[in-house]
Amino acid sequence: MSTSNSQSIPVTNMMPNMGWFLGLFKSLQYPALGITCLLALWWVGGYMIEADPDLSAFSAFAPAPTFSALVDMVSSGEVWAPIGSSLYRILAGLVWGIAIGVPVGVTVGYFGVALKVTNVPFQFLRMISPLAWMPVAVLAFDSWDSAIIFLIVMATVWPIIFSTAHGVRRIDPNWFKVARNLGASGFQMLRRIILPAIMTDVMAGIRLAVGVAWVVLVPAEYLGVTSGLGYAINDARDTLAYDYLAAVVLVIGIIGYGLDTVCSVLIKRFNWHVE
Amino acid sequence: MGASISLDFITHKFSATAEPTLKDIENRIEPGELVALIGRSGCGKSTLLHMMAGLLIPTEGCVRINSHQVAKPSAKWNMMFQKASLYPWMSVKENAALGLIFDGVSKGEAGQRVDALLDMVGLNDKKNANVQSLSGGQQQRVALARSLATEPEVLLLDEPFSALDAFTRTQLQEEVPNICRERGLTMVIVTHDIDEAIAMADRVLIMSQNPGRIVGELVVDLPWPRRHMDAGFQAMRDELMKQFKGTDTGLAGRHTSVADESEKTASAA
Ligand SMILES: Nc1ncnc2c1ncn2[C@@H]1O[C@H](COP(=O)(O)OP(=O)(O)OP(=O)(O)O)[C@@H](O)[C@H]1O
Ligand SMILES: [Mg+2]
Repeated sequence: MSTSNSQSIPVTNMMPNMGWFLGLFKSLQYPALGITCLLALWWVGGYMIEADPDLSAFSAFAPAPTFSALVDMVSSGEVWAPIGSSLYRILAGLVWGIAIGVPVGVTVGYFGVALKVTNVPFQFLRMISPLAWMPVAVLAFDSWDSAIIFLIVMATVWPIIFSTAHGVRRIDPNWFKVARNLGASGFQMLRRIILPAIMTDVMAGIRLAVGVAWVVLVPAEYLGVTSGLGYAINDARDTLAYDYLAAVVLVIGIIGYGLDTVCSVLIKRFNWHVE
Repeated sequence: MGASISLDFITHKFSATAEPTLKDIENRIEPGELVALIGRSGCGKSTLLHMMAGLLIPTEGCVRINSHQVAKPSAKWNMMFQKASLYPWMSVKENAALGLIFDGVSKGEAGQRVDALLDMVGLNDKKNANVQSLSGGQQQRVALARSLATEPEVLLLDEPFSALDAFTRTQLQEEVPNICRERGLTMVIVTHDIDEAIAMADRVLIMSQNPGRIVGELVVDLPWPRRHMDAGFQAMRDELMKQFKGTDTGLAGRHTSVADESEKTASAA
C-alpha cells in the first residue's frame, strides 16, 4: 500500500492530476484484463451455442442478449424486488449467524474444555451441506422465508464460530494478565480486550460466511418461495427467457462481489495489525 | 502514599504432589521502601511477585498490603512485566488510561489524568501514536505510565528493563526509583541483575532455589542518585556477591557460581 504511494510521488510532484490518473489506470489494468478475458470466453461460448443447431434455442445466453435484458430489467425496475428479498434473507441469516457464532466462538476459544467437547460435533456438522437441512427446515418453520433464513444460518455459523475461536486462542495471554492486574471485571475484559483483539478474525469469519451464504441462497430460493434471485432464475427458466436468466446470473455475481468487497473494506477498517 | 507489604509465612505448591516452589517466606516491607528481589532463574521470584499483585494465591500463608489480605488484583497494587504488552488497537494515551477506564473514570477525565504522566515519562509527542510504532523503551514507558495512572500504593516490577538496550535501561533504573521516592510509593523489583538491584533499592532480598526462600538481605544505604563507579556502589556489589555465594555453598551440591550466573544473564539481556 505505502510502497505504491511512494512510487507515485515523483509523478505526482510533476503533474498532480496526471499522476493520480496514471495510478488509477495502473491499479485497474489487471482487473480490466481479467474481465475482458471472461467476457471473451462468454462471447465465444455464446457463439458456439448459436453455431450448434442442437443448442441454438439457448443462444440468448450470449453477452449481447444478456446485457440488453439486464438494461431492460434495470430500467423497468423489476430487478430491485428480487435483490431486496435475497439481501433481506442473507442479512437476516447473517445477523443470526453472528449472534450465535460469536458468543459460541468466544466460549469455545476461551475455555479449553469447551473446545475439546465441541470439536468433533462441530467439525461433523460443518461438513453437512446447509441445503441438506432443507427438509428439516421446512418441517420446523411455517414460512418459507424463515426456512431459508435457517439454511443461511446453518451456512454462516460455522465459519464465524471457527474464526472467532481461533482469534480468541491466539490472544496474547499477557493481555489478559495485564488487564486483570489493572482491575478489569469479566465484562470489561470482554468489551475492552477480547472483542477488539478478535475483531479482525471475526470479520474474516464473516467474510467467509457471506461467501458461503450467497452461494447457498440461490438454490435455497429454488424451493417454495416466490421472490428472490434464485426464484427469478427458476422463473426465467420456466418461461424460456434465457436472456433474463443470464442477466439474473450476472446480477448474482455482481452483488456477491459487492458483498465481498464490503467485507474486505470492513476487515481493513478493523485491522489493528501493522503490515 | 505507599503501603506496607507483609509476607506472612508463604508456602506455595503448584500441585499437591509437587515439592514446594516457595517455602516459609516471611518479610515485611515498609511504606515507601524500595526493595529488590534477586535470585537464580526459576527460584520463584516471579511467583512471589504475582502473589503480591493478587494474580496468584499462595497455598499457605498470605500477603498483606496495609494489613489487608491480598485476594485479587487491584489497581492499588500494580505490576509491570518484562513485556510491555500494550494493546495495539488503542493509542498510547488510551493504553495509559486503561486502568482508569476499568475503574469507571470517564474517558475525557482519564485522558486528562494521564496527560501529565505521559509528559513525565517523556512521551509528550507520542500521545496519539500507534503503540506498534514505538521502540521497546518507549513501550515500557507507556506501561510505566499505565501502572502509575491508577495512583497505586505499591509498584511491582518483574524484570521490567531486561529487554531494553543498556542506555535506556540505565536511564529507567534512575527514573523509576526517583518517581517512587517522589510519590512515596512502595516498590518491589525482581531482577537477575545485581547492579540493577543496587542502583534501585534500599534493601535487597536474596532468594535461594528449591525451595524458594529468602536467605539473605542487604541494606543499601547509598545516596541518590546511585553511580555505578562510586566506591560505595562497588563495595555493596562485593558484599552482595559474597552473601550470594555464602547462601550458595549453604545449599549442598550446587556448583555454578554467581559469577557464571550473572554473566549468563548479562549476555542474555
Ligand atoms: N504455573 C506454573 N505451574 C507450575 N509450575 C510453575 C508455574 N509457574 C512457575 N512454575 C515453577 O515455579 C518455579 C519458579 O518460577 P518463577 O517464574 O517464579 O521463577 P523466577 O525466579 O521468576 O525465574 P526467572 O528468573 O527465570 O524469571 C519454576 O521452577 C517454575 O517452573
Ligand atoms: Mg521471573
